[in-house]
Amino acid sequence: MTPPDAQASTPRTWKKPPFIANPLLRYGLILVGVVYLVWAFGSLPFNWERIAEGLPRAGRIFGGGFPPSLERYELLITGFKESFQIAIMATLLGVLLSIPFAVMAARNIAPMPIYIIGRAVIIISRSFHPVIVAILFVAAVGFGPLAGILTLILYSIGFVGKLLAEEIEEIDWGQVEAMKAAGAGYGAILFYAVFPQILPRQVGLSMYQLDSNLRASAVVGIVGAGGIGSTLMNAFGRYDYDFAFAILLVIIAVILISEGISGWVRKKIW
Amino acid sequence: MLEITNLVKRYGHDEAVLKGLDLKVEGNSVVSIVGASGAGKSTMLRCINRLVEPTSGSIKLNGNELVHLRGAELRRARRKIGMVFQGFNLLDRLTVMENVLAGRLGYVNLYQAISRRYPQSDIERAFVLMERVGIAHYANKRADELSGGERQRVGVVRALMQEPDVLLADEPTASLDPRTSEQIMVLLQSLASELSLPVLINIHNVAQAKTYTERIVGLRHGKMIFDGLPADFNKDALDAIYGGIDAPDDAITDTPAEEHAHDSA
Repeated sequence: MTPPDAQASTPRTWKKPPFIANPLLRYGLILVGVVYLVWAFGSLPFNWERIAEGLPRAGRIFGGGFPPSLERYELLITGFKESFQIAIMATLLGVLLSIPFAVMAARNIAPMPIYIIGRAVIIISRSFHPVIVAILFVAAVGFGPLAGILTLILYSIGFVGKLLAEEIEEIDWGQVEAMKAAGAGYGAILFYAVFPQILPRQVGLSMYQLDSNLRASAVVGIVGAGGIGSTLMNAFGRYDYDFAFAILLVIIAVILISEGISGWVRKKIW
Repeated sequence: MLEITNLVKRYGHDEAVLKGLDLKVEGNSVVSIVGASGAGKSTMLRCINRLVEPTSGSIKLNGNELVHLRGAELRRARRKIGMVFQGFNLLDRLTVMENVLAGRLGYVNLYQAISRRYPQSDIERAFVLMERVGIAHYANKRADELSGGERQRVGVVRALMQEPDVLLADEPTASLDPRTSEQIMVLLQSLASELSLPVLINIHNVAQAKTYTERIVGLRHGKMIFDGLPADFNKDALDAIYGGIDAPDDAITDTPAEEHAHDSA
């Protein structure tokens, strides 16, 4: 041990070690980032004339949107009813279906070939944005809510299935061992040692997914998959801007309310 | 009767954890297995109910070979081997009763298991056993609301629900405070004689092993180096098992352990 007075003459300083230790790499990366940004802005075809022409049009749309009008509220209610139906159906079915896929995609309880199938299903259903899936389903089953429901089921399987599989991989394995030691079969082990452990997460994810499906149902409606999105698209198509703005405001209100409710429920069951 | 012959367990290509163990447990004797961490106590116990796959050797329970069983046969054999765990391994979010009945999962079908429609006799047995260990009034409480000692009682009752032919206890008292752990040892000891059940207990606490069990088996580096009565378990045996270093915990209070502690201090 060095005596304390040996160090007293030179005050010791401390600085947080840099995130990237190598200074060459650190400043090199910053330089690359700056150069790329400059190049990207310089080379992308921004047509300033068109943008200048568009600005008054945007002004007209916003001007036409105020004050928002709820005169055609029946259409709004029909659209929202359909959106809710799509979101609730898709959440129920999607969450139910996500359970078997999550079990299949959990490395600790699924044998290798099953695991690969489970992961593949989840990865595929996660690789496309709902809008792209909706375009495919609209082409396959026609305009309307069925396409929306199918889209959001796939979306829910991908999202809930993935998070649930990760949750299963992190369960307390001791409970599974205890059930094995008692001579329980695979099914009984799932229902006694696995599902109760992931239940709170499952309920939380379902609430979150309902919320998220409601939002997504508005988006997929725009490409023809039914719901409030279709109503909104029609309103814009008919230059009915004041109604379109009313729809947007109501969407915001509904999302806010549903987020509040789902957050409250998730806190309650945790 | 449990008969282990030349049991070897090797993980991958590492040195074997168990190097040819032989052990015979008969009648309703309570056997404690002592040894330093890594001596292979836990591995040996887990080989018996095949939570760990033995590399070679033979394990017979009442004449039935356990080592090569698979699938449904293995599950049928496991029903007859109760196990109590150090961390209790209860189904935390389920009720005490569900935990206890889970001991019957090897006997009921999946529908009965999911719908909790266990046979009347199972429910009766559950209440009798829970009353015996004093947890019957917790039947509908969630398992994670209980204290450590109560939780381990649930673990013991769950194992006994299996109507086992042998009970394995893997450091059942290591997570408990000293007084509670004494209570659990007393409980295991008396249950063994009441149900005429052989019990194997892995234990770190040598004092408890000497007090509550009638035979001590000492493991070191995967070999059995002591097998005898608690009265014969002296300082030499202790040194041999723990390698001349201090015994862990408050191991021995009624032998020259104190001198020993001073020596190396």
